[in-house]
Amino acid sequence: MTQKEYWRWDEKCWKDESMDSSDVKIISVGIDIGSVSSEAAICLDGKFYASNTVRTGSNSPTSAKDALKPLLEHAEISYEAVDFIVGTGYGRVNIPFQDKAVTEIACHGRGANYMVGPSLRTILDMGGQDCKAIHIDERGKVTNFLMNDKCAAGTGRGMETIADLLKVPITEIGDRSFQINAPAEPISNVCVVFAKSEAMAMVKSGKTLNEVLASYCKAMADRVTQLLDRIGMEKEFFITGGISKNRGVTERIEENLGIEAVKPKDERFDAQTAGALGAALFGFVLASKKGSKKDTRKGQIL
Amino acid sequence: MIANYGYMDGSGEYYITIDTDKCVECEGKMCVTACPKALFERVTDDYDDDVVKIADSKVKDIRYQCMECKSPGHPVLPCIAACTPMALKHSW
Repeated sequence: MTQKEYWRWDEKCWKDESMDSSDVKIISVGIDIGSVSSEAAICLDGKFYASNTVRTGSNSPTSAKDALKPLLEHAEISYEAVDFIVGTGYGRVNIPFQDKAVTEIACHGRGANYMVGPSLRTILDMGGQDCKAIHIDERGKVTNFLMNDKCAAGTGRGMETIADLLKVPITEIGDRSFQINAPAEPISNVCVVFAKSEAMAMVKSGKTLNEVLASYCKAMADRVTQLLDRIGMEKEFFITGGISKNRGVTERIEENLGIEAVKPKDERFDAQTAGALGAALFGFVLASKKGSKKDTRKGQIL
Repeated sequence: MIANYGYMDGSGEYYITIDTDKCVECEGKMCVTACPKALFERVTDDYDDDVVKIADSKVKDIRYQCMECKSPGHPVLPCIAACTPMALKHSW
């Protein structure tokens, strides 16, 4: 019998059907290899065209290929036609076919700026194994950042651990965390191992699963709010990364801050792909300045 | 850019902050050689500026890396003393 994977989230391949890839000057690609998910994005002359999100595999080269190859097929673009490939994320240095590596902090800044617009100033990137608070200017350039990757508290991996422990599909956690009759009880927000123990104790003491989920979502929101408290909050505010899809956390962050997070200007944009999009936008700028790399690229995707 | 390297855990917040707008003006980058634990490294950042950052391999234990310099008998941290543009700060 196959064990159900409660942590599994939806992988998604998307392209903008209204755009035409046949008559463009620069095709740029961004690949964001995170610890939990890997994303690839394609820009046509600096316009967001397509993206793909997959689970990160056992190594970065394979994950990069798994993210990019189906996306190129879906977008009907050949690998040889890509002018510039920028790698970012935790595994960026191990992407064999990238033309340049850029930090995920700079990429999230640029990607989020594209998704929201020039009024965006504060980004909270809630990734698989770290959390970052970032300030950007009107062009998407980073002006201040703070990162916490010391432990899994406040990260996507921590949420996956709780989903598996309580046997609740991760995609249902956000909604279920609001189906409670009493306010969420405090739970450890400094360590996932402690939080896991406390969650088990709550279940044994008769709390419903929804109440435990509410406590964990609250703990996570409190944890990342501390990061924002440290660098300060400037409007507009946007949440990127996989946890941006969990309203149990995002709405509690908004409650803590007293500010509503803005949504992407186009509802088809997925905040989880902001890093890959930013990398593709960096690729567009680099190709414009330094020229196409398609004839000199050494690494092959196959 | 204000770059904060470090972490927060159950015991507190441990960040070294580098103001790269000041750091980029410094040619010597003397903090790199001043730190006995080689915490700092000279890099070209994402915006093509020549700046200093904390080495990735040391970010998660800067509290312990800096412990010796913060012990009694060291009134001024060597990195702070070497940083002529005053671009460095420790949070603890």
